[in-house]
Amino acid sequence: MSNTRPLLEVRNLRVEFPTRRGTLVALDDVSFDIHPGEVLGVVGESGAGKSMTGAAIIGLLEPPGRIAAGSISLAGRRIDNLPYKEMRTVRGREIGAIFQDPLTTLNPLYTVGRQLVETMTTHLPLNPAQARKKAIEWLELVGIPAAAQRIDSYPHEFSGGMRQRVVIALALCAEPKLIVADEPTTALDVSIQAQVIALLKTLAREKGTSMMLVTHDMGVIAETADRVAVMYAGRIAEIGAVRQVVKHPAHPYTIGLMGSIPPISHRMDRLLQIEGAMPRLSAIPKGCAYNPRCPRVFDRCRGERPELLDAGDTRAACWLYDRADKDAAHAVAESGYGEVRHA
Amino acid sequence: MLERSVATPLPPASGGTPMLETDDVARFFDVSRPLIQRVIAREGKRMLRAVDGVSFAIPKGTTLSLVGESGCGKSTVARLVVGLYGPTRGKVFFDGQDLAVARSDASQRRRMQMIFQDPYASLNPRWRVRDIIAEPIRAFGLAQGTVEIDARVAELLTQVGLSPLDGQKYPHEFSGGQRQRISIARALSSNPEFLVCDEPTSALDVSVQAQILNLMKDLQSRLGLTYLFISHNLAVVRQVSDRVGVMYLGRLVELAPAETLFTTPRHPYTRALMEAIPDLDMTGRQRIPVGGEVPSPINPPSGCPFHPRCPLANDRCRAQRPELVAARGTPETQVACHAVEEGRDDPRPAPAEAQRAA
Repeated sequence: MSNTRPLLEVRNLRVEFPTRRGTLVALDDVSFDIHPGEVLGVVGESGAGKSMTGAAIIGLLEPPGRIAAGSISLAGRRIDNLPYKEMRTVRGREIGAIFQDPLTTLNPLYTVGRQLVETMTTHLPLNPAQARKKAIEWLELVGIPAAAQRIDSYPHEFSGGMRQRVVIALALCAEPKLIVADEPTTALDVSIQAQVIALLKTLAREKGTSMMLVTHDMGVIAETADRVAVMYAGRIAEIGAVRQVVKHPAHPYTIGLMGSIPPISHRMDRLLQIEGAMPRLSAIPKGCAYNPRCPRVFDRCRGERPELLDAGDTRAACWLYDRADKDAAHAVAESGYGEVRHA
Repeated sequence: MLERSVATPLPPASGGTPMLETDDVARFFDVSRPLIQRVIAREGKRMLRAVDGVSFAIPKGTTLSLVGESGCGKSTVARLVVGLYGPTRGKVFFDGQDLAVARSDASQRRRMQMIFQDPYASLNPRWRVRDIIAEPIRAFGLAQGTVEIDARVAELLTQVGLSPLDGQKYPHEFSGGQRQRISIARALSSNPEFLVCDEPTSALDVSVQAQILNLMKDLQSRLGLTYLFISHNLAVVRQVSDRVGVMYLGRLVELAPAETLFTTPRHPYTRALMEAIPDLDMTGRQRIPVGGEVPSPINPPSGCPFHPRCPLANDRCRAQRPELVAARGTPETQVACHAVEEGRDDPRPAPAEAQRAA
């Protein structure tokens, strides 16, 4: 995958929210790539900055939030500094977006057919009749029964799961290269969730679309993503192939996070728990943001902020993996780290 | 003992009278349009059968979980068993006593408490935490005088892992997980024996969820609490339950000891639910999602409510409603399914279990 040029390149992205009591840094020095056809999962707990990253990419940061530094490039072209109008063409044509709540994504006053047709005639060289034909095909593709009849229905006439299918059709119909899906299955019941994930996966593969899948559900990521980025307090704590991050996480936060997920396969006497809570943006600790909760903390973590370092199969922002640091090497050797007591 | 109006046998509760027992309990909601519109459109009344004939018992000191998707009636059951709703049909017994009678007696009411899903909505934002927790103590007269009440509040805060000094603060100063701890402290303040927990961790992040689940387990073993645990998350349910009931469209479709349910699920719906859950161990696994959606409880399908989505459905399933009976093969499981009763089902372990064993 590394021999192709990345489709999306995010470099040192910093998002700030100026407030009366000073500037809050919501994202700090976030860098990652998404390759063509790749699904990157972004996980983290509420407030970690995962949705913010998605919003920055599609150019929909809520004011007063703004990109203060860094760059976002899509297929080699900077998109973080485009004027609003130009960004509108990128969004839809080149980047499709799927949000958590399908009811707020769809316009309740227009039939789903009209919304699909409008999207396609805006972005593709199609006339309305062609677009309508294409819209029916899309609805069939996302699994809406009797698509030719349902195309003239309004969003409220669909159930939650069906609405999310319509949203997926809407995001994909202009054939974008990248889809940013922010918690696309969170509002759905488990049996419907499974249907929607299976659909997203198949379509992304068939169309060769890249996807950034933002969710708090590690199970969804484990099944869908190729690589995963774990975020904590506005930064990437660990990034790597999904199997490695799930089975052999390196960063102490990832280890805690994976251990605290209740397994369905067996009963545990106690779940691994991370003490405390994620810091607020206004009170991010000095050094590594995770240091007050970290069981492996040592002096350096309190003063110096770690960058992403090689940690075996993944990259982790943790001083434990600084080979030049003797204390760190000692700490790793002592604990035999990297295994999650899960299975 | 109580008399039963329905033939469905309940499992014998070990250790005497169960903490809570429901007998064919049902709750319907009238969702009809206004009378004039009904007359003009010549429609009858429309009833939403949120809960339609549910029987179970929770032995003292144990946890029963109810799982199901949205609209299956699990939260309505939670409200029925604490008396927030009256049943349309059937009865609820609290420690052997009719709930309607028990609710009128403060000394009985004190013994049951509820923890809600949303810790942002369930705490009064204008009250200090100290006063929120002290209210039940005052209401039930469990401690006299400021000194004694303050001491009890401090004890409760410590018990749920907060500092006694936190009593001075307001709810907005706490995170979601800490607020849920406050809700638990408030529920514990009347020295209850039975706690109804309606999705207590659904609004929380996973690391915080682990904290709260561990806390609830600790409290159960320390205080001998009985829990009715409502959740849509099967993985969470596996961690906390002694017995599990699976609900679909207002009915129990399967009721079994937790380990039995997770190792040998019998009802096709239970099996489908387990199959649908994304699990960490299942990286790259191809899942077979259950088709279709949950039908409307206003117009439930004839016969077995699951038949339109069930791979094993036949004519009998479409016509006749199955009762909850002991399952062939795993008699400690009660299941409402003709296919299981007739031996038409696939008695192998769940696909996920099989994969794990392999």
